[in-house]
Amino acid sequence: MHLIDGVPHHELPDPHEPHGHASRPLRIGIGGPVGSGKTALVGSLCRALSGELGLAVVTNDIYTTEDADHLRQIGVLEQRRIVAVETGCCPHTAIRDDISANLDAVERLEEELGDVQLSLIESGGDNLTAIFSRGLVDLQIFVLDTAGGDDVPRKGGPGVRDADLLVINKIDLAEYVGADTAMMERDAKARRGDKPVALTSIATGEAPPQVVAWVRERVHEWAHQHGLAHSH
Amino acid sequence: MPTPSDLLLLADGRLPAGGHAHSGGLEQAVELGDVRDVPTLRDFLRGLLRSSGQTSIAASAAAARAWLSQDDAALLELDAEESARMPSAQLRGASRAQGRQLMRAAEAIWPSPAPLRLLPALPHGPHLSLAQGVTAARLDLEPVDAARLAAYGVVSGPATAAVRLLGLDPFAVHGVVATVMGDAEPVIAAAAEHASSPAWLLPGGAAPLLEIGAELHRTREIRMFAS
Repeated sequence: MHLIDGVPHHELPDPHEPHGHASRPLRIGIGGPVGSGKTALVGSLCRALSGELGLAVVTNDIYTTEDADHLRQIGVLEQRRIVAVETGCCPHTAIRDDISANLDAVERLEEELGDVQLSLIESGGDNLTAIFSRGLVDLQIFVLDTAGGDDVPRKGGPGVRDADLLVINKIDLAEYVGADTAMMERDAKARRGDKPVALTSIATGEAPPQVVAWVRERVHEWAHQHGLAHSH
Repeated sequence: MPTPSDLLLLADGRLPAGGHAHSGGLEQAVELGDVRDVPTLRDFLRGLLRSSGQTSIAASAAAARAWLSQDDAALLELDAEESARMPSAQLRGASRAQGRQLMRAAEAIWPSPAPLRLLPALPHGPHLSLAQGVTAARLDLEPVDAARLAAYGVVSGPATAAVRLLGLDPFAVHGVVATVMGDAEPVIAAAAEHASSPAWLLPGGAAPLLEIGAELHRTREIRMFAS
């Protein structure tokens, strides 16, 4: 047991606990640079999980509703489960420094739908230093792609280092751009300790099974921890 | 006793209250070519101050006064009167979204032992200027402070958006903000002086182009700001 000043620390208030009452759904943020495959990942997760979980999606594309429209058009989720939030040219501000618009959107969506078990908040494409505030999400996935440079995991940064799951996407492109995926994975693991890394190629097929499994496990864990109804 | 720095915190653009995603009509004015450089930005900001800004600055001071007098009925009347002065549903929505977000931020930053009486009656949130006035008053600030806070929001919000959308020189833009805030002093003083007036006397600073622009803005395919 971890002790802080002699008190088990699970008994202390967590100063980083995201807002909202304890029975709310798990919130996962999906961030990463422009074009790395965040929307494709969200789309594939919705396709894989919408049959078993109540989902809500908040998008933050800089071009207003483009990502939200894309998700609606590919028909992976009902329209009413997706909302778009404008970020005033600053996607990282909306997920980190001033989370109010996103918090407002996700809370309203969860309240309106009433059956949400997992909320996904997709950041607008940003830079390697952009991470989600712990006031907004419980967990975050950071998405990189091989074509964005295979030295990115070595360079690190808050997203690479701290995200609960790091996805290295577009491994099918690695041979065309001269990227060394083995090195990317090695560098990422060196930066991240025990936290998982998934190598994926989302555009070429179904949702990456290891990412779907990770998300599913986190939702079950969350439901157990918070005494929410869920299936096994 | 108020903490003098509370007003600085409230006015700071870094306050996590959602303001960064709103341009106060500036994005639409840029799209139309009305604002394209520093001089046209200054004209736009002066126009805001003399039109819709006048209403929100007065409403903020009046809301602070109503809160200090514990006059809930006056607060609700002010909210309705401000709605009546905002024909665009988009503008009303943007104002309430920002009001709601400011109330949330303020409640988290300065938890109050007493529940916020205003909130249950306004499920979509109070107008931004009401939230500004009430928040200032909760922190023991005066109606004139609330008016100044609202004025600074009216001027600095679109100015920041102009830096982002047009890449204007941030020093030049801040120079404009300082100048226009100087112009705002009479408006702020008038708002404070009339803070105890009945709600229906709230100035009706109409700006039809802003109202129409807000509706058109919502239909744009490419939009960086929520309003």
